[in-house]
Formats: sequence, structure tokens, C-alpha cells
Amino acid sequence: MAEEFDDEFDGPVKRFLFVNRKAPYGTVYALESLEVVLISAAFDQDVSLVFMDDGVFQIVKDQNTDGINIKNFSRTYRALEGYDVEKLYVEKESLEARGLSEDDLLVPVEVLDSKALSELMNAQDVVISA
Amino acid sequence: MTYTLDGATIPADEEGYLSDLSVWNKELAGLIAKDENIEMNDDHWEVVNFLRDYYEEYQIAPAIRVLTKAVKKSLGDDKGNSKYLYELFPYGPAKQACKIAGLPKPTGCI
Repeated sequence: MAEEFDDEFDGPVKRFLFVNRKAPYGTVYALESLEVVLISAAFDQDVSLVFMDDGVFQIVKDQNTDGINIKNFSRTYRALEGYDVEKLYVEKESLEARGLSEDDLLVPVEVLDSKALSELMNAQDVVISA
Repeated sequence: MTYTLDGATIPADEEGYLSDLSVWNKELAGLIAKDENIEMNDDHWEVVNFLRDYYEEYQIAPAIRVLTKAVKKSLGDDKGNSKYLYELFPYGPAKQACKIAGLPKPTGCI
């Protein structure tokens, strides 16, 4: 990306929703999705994230990856606020099925049931599932 | 490419970002800066140290817009603006300062 004095991006702004459905480690989906989120945000797009199914584990507190020799990137989710990505949603059913609550998560989220999530998805220009 | 410091060869990628972030030290930072035609002063170090703290906390190198905002929040309006940061790092504050700080290329720079 070219670095310019002008911080404002004048191009078209689309509503992007990234749906994260997989556990954070074992596949590259979670990390790759996070990188695309950061790039989208750097281009001043309107970005929202959903965590559902095993994807809720991506934002669980106190992750420790020492045993699998992979970088613990969970703290990067806390940088999203600085990128003006503040619309984070978690599916209620996924959270409950895993015995988790909002208190177990490392970033502030809005918990929505699957019906509300479906409406959220319908309101987007682009939905990317990973 | 590689850097040579005190007879040791330190590997970096083709753009000069360190391959192993853990080998970073102040001497190496000075050497990378020299390669970028930057003479490090206290103002440069302040930004480089800020970036290292940011990376420690969030595990990423911030995009320029995010860096500017974070610097503003932490070091004030005088320093948290593009003009000030570009004067220190003419070829791009995020890219150049991250390289000198021993961090990866900022996410969001393609």
C-alpha cells in the first residue's frame, strides 16, 4: 500500500462482514481472515466480524500456544479497535454450546442469536466466510 | 539480504526486514537505519521504541494510519501527525520505522 500524506481514502466504501467459523489454530483460516480484516480496515472499509461455531474460540481469553509452537495471535484482536473495527458479533447459540460467556472473551462483543445474525448478513455488500 | 554486525551475519528478507525478530538490538537498529540513510536521534528512537511496545502488546506492526493515531494518543498532537512522522522517516514511517525496530512489514501494506 502506498503511504501518502493524505490519510483519507476517497474510494468507494463497502460493507464487509467476515464470518469466522473455525478454531484459531490447526488451519490458517483464522489468521488469514484476521489479516484480510486489517487490510480492509486500512483501506477504510466498513468492516464487521462475526464469530460463530468453533470460531468463538479465536477470541477466548488466556490462550497459550507454547505446546504447539505457533504464534499466539489472539492479542491482535485487541488491536482492531485502533483500526476502527468495533463491530464484533458472536453467535449466542455457538457460545452457549461451548459453555462460554461474554466474560470469557478478550474483546468487547455484541451477542446476537442466529436470526439477528442472518439479518446482519443480509445487510452487507460482501460476506466472507472463513 | 543480510546485515553484518560484529562479524555475525544476520538474515533479513529481500526488503531488509529481519527474518528473526528476536536478534534485534540497538546496534543492529542503527545499522538498518544507516542502510535507510537515517541518522538516529532521540525522536527516531521514541517512534521505534513506541513501535516495539505496540508490537509487544498486539503482535502486529500497525498500518500508518493506526500508527499515527496511536502516537497521537500516547505522545501528543505534535508527534501524532503524518508530517512529523514523515520528516523522521521520509520513505514511510510505518515501513521504515518498523524495519529499524526489527518488526515485520506493517499489515495493510501490500
